[in-house]
Amino acid sequence: MTTLTVSGRRYLPILATLALLIGAYGYGAASYDSFADPQVVLNILIDNAFLLVVAAGMTFVILSGGIDLSVGSVVALSTLVSAKLLGHGWSAPAVILVVLVIGAGLGLGMGAVIHFFELQPFVVTLAGMFLARGLCYTISTSAISITDPFFTDVAQTPILLPGGMHVSIGVVIALVVVAVGVYVLHYTRFGRTVYAVGGSEQSAMLMGLPVARTKIMVYTVSGFCSALGGLLLALYTLSGNPLHAIGMELDAIAAVVIGGTILTGGSGYLLGTVLGVTVLGMIQTLITFDGTLSSWWTRIVIGALLLLFIVLQRLVTRRTR
Amino acid sequence: MKTLAGHRLFWPTAALILLLLGNFIASPAFFSVQLREGHLYGSLIDILRFGAPLILVALGMTLVIATGGIDLSVGSVVAISGAIACLWVSRLDDQNAIGGTLAAVGIAVALSLVLGACNGFLVSVLGVQPIVGTLILMVAGRGLAQLITDGQIITITGDAYKAIGGGFVATVPLSILIALAAFGISALVVRKSALGMLIEAVGGNPEASRLAGVASRRLIWLTYVFCGLCAGIAGLMISSNVSSADGNNAGLWIELDAILAVVIGGTRLTGGRFSFGGTVIGALLIQTLSTTVYTLGIPPETTLLFKAVVVMAVCLVQSPKFRQRFRRRRSRPAVKAVKDEKVEVPV
Repeated sequence: MTTLTVSGRRYLPILATLALLIGAYGYGAASYDSFADPQVVLNILIDNAFLLVVAAGMTFVILSGGIDLSVGSVVALSTLVSAKLLGHGWSAPAVILVVLVIGAGLGLGMGAVIHFFELQPFVVTLAGMFLARGLCYTISTSAISITDPFFTDVAQTPILLPGGMHVSIGVVIALVVVAVGVYVLHYTRFGRTVYAVGGSEQSAMLMGLPVARTKIMVYTVSGFCSALGGLLLALYTLSGNPLHAIGMELDAIAAVVIGGTILTGGSGYLLGTVLGVTVLGMIQTLITFDGTLSSWWTRIVIGALLLLFIVLQRLVTRRTR
Repeated sequence: MKTLAGHRLFWPTAALILLLLGNFIASPAFFSVQLREGHLYGSLIDILRFGAPLILVALGMTLVIATGGIDLSVGSVVAISGAIACLWVSRLDDQNAIGGTLAAVGIAVALSLVLGACNGFLVSVLGVQPIVGTLILMVAGRGLAQLITDGQIITITGDAYKAIGGGFVATVPLSILIALAAFGISALVVRKSALGMLIEAVGGNPEASRLAGVASRRLIWLTYVFCGLCAGIAGLMISSNVSSADGNNAGLWIELDAILAVVIGGTRLTGGRFSFGGTVIGALLIQTLSTTVYTLGIPPETTLLFKAVVVMAVCLVQSPKFRQRFRRRRSRPAVKAVKDEKVEVPV
């Protein structure tokens, strides 16, 4: 009986998010005629596919009890590197490979520094954020557009769904990333260890789990996901820009938190993050549909939601302990 | 020499002096300070003047970091405080009125105190992690600032308000005096009373200090209020410098610069010991770095790269693990020398 209530409470933040999402959708559908169109929901996914991928990587880091502030800059760096290299006539697969390796390499480096020198993840990834953004500006100070046929083809090919709806290839990639992420977190040793390290690093170490490898891997995953998110953003905007994704780390963290992952680590679900990203997208869509509210209300509402969910988290964790 | 090199502030000070000397070699007019129309002018004065807001924010950040916390919302508080003050001044019938300007300043300061108190409440009472608790205001604060300015950039013409950032008192820019006063007062209050010691105790081990009877919760709350206040005054300065309030860009990235200044100044991010003097030197170092980038004609884009390298280097030097490794690698040949010295000491 106790286990039931404990696990019930663990789902509470996710259920709250789900209720919020349904409520927001219901409100939108009731207020605006065209809102009920399923394509509106699919558009949320299309517009936020890159955020979903980045937030998935962030979920790994936060589950392990860390934080990664560098994601926004790595996304920008990825868009810029791909635009620049494509401009130099590199082939698309080579560019994609290089970008992913750069992202994963940056993550690996930061993870290694965090682990071996016992520095706070927050500081190291902050430095990584400066570094990646600085590299962006050194590569180019203005936007570079992408004209590579492979990229434009992928960007402009819609995947048709029954009922006349469509999604972009980016959405498919994002969903694949989420599926792989869920599999890794719940059905592999690495995933179990991530939860264990987030729950208590000390205990995980005493249990003989590979804490060092896991901690470094988590940041590598996040770096890889940021690079992939950057590629998706490059596809979505067909440009590389050093000003892309400023402040995106906050959106990613917000999505993870709203999705019910506990910030101290050890508890949460990747599917919650999907809900979190959808909630953020839904808020933006609602504000766009409303028309009278200015864009800055998005930030205020996201801030208020963050507050709500963090307080909710405190209440939940306090009771289970 | 050895004790000097071992001093906590030796390396940041040395770096600052080196940077200034480098500037001097690059442009010999760097150190010249002129008296023009009864006002002091010169590169050094500029560094102090434009560094004043950063010094203020970093002072507040020092105390927060000393308790083991962090305040990411200072940039937003800077924007909000500037926005509300400019809004108030822009609605005055006579923008030069001293009373109205003072009221605007008062409102902005009060609002910053409230925002700081909100952060403090989240962190100390609800027990939310400082990074996350202040992240909320960082995200929402930019929106609030834009809400206040209605998405516009409010421009003002009042001379009284402009004086905060651009005025001169007895040939010295007012902003330098404000920063100096903030440094003096806070250093005096914190170091001449038990407050500083208590804050260090809370930062060192919150649980132990609570058991020892320190009201750690109230102290932590207080540091966030102080940080909000400092950021608010800095916001007034920044908006007054450009006679306008920009909800989007005022104080952008200042939280990172402030954290950097505090870390360079020798305050550990894990809390515990802190140094106001070090923070001021750190803030000046960052401001000089920005100035250097411009005077040497280095593309300003690389400033961020510079900062990244500096943050990493400082953090690594502070990391006990890194020092240990470094020492272990060097220690073998050095062992004998140390032993010899020990023999000589009693003589």
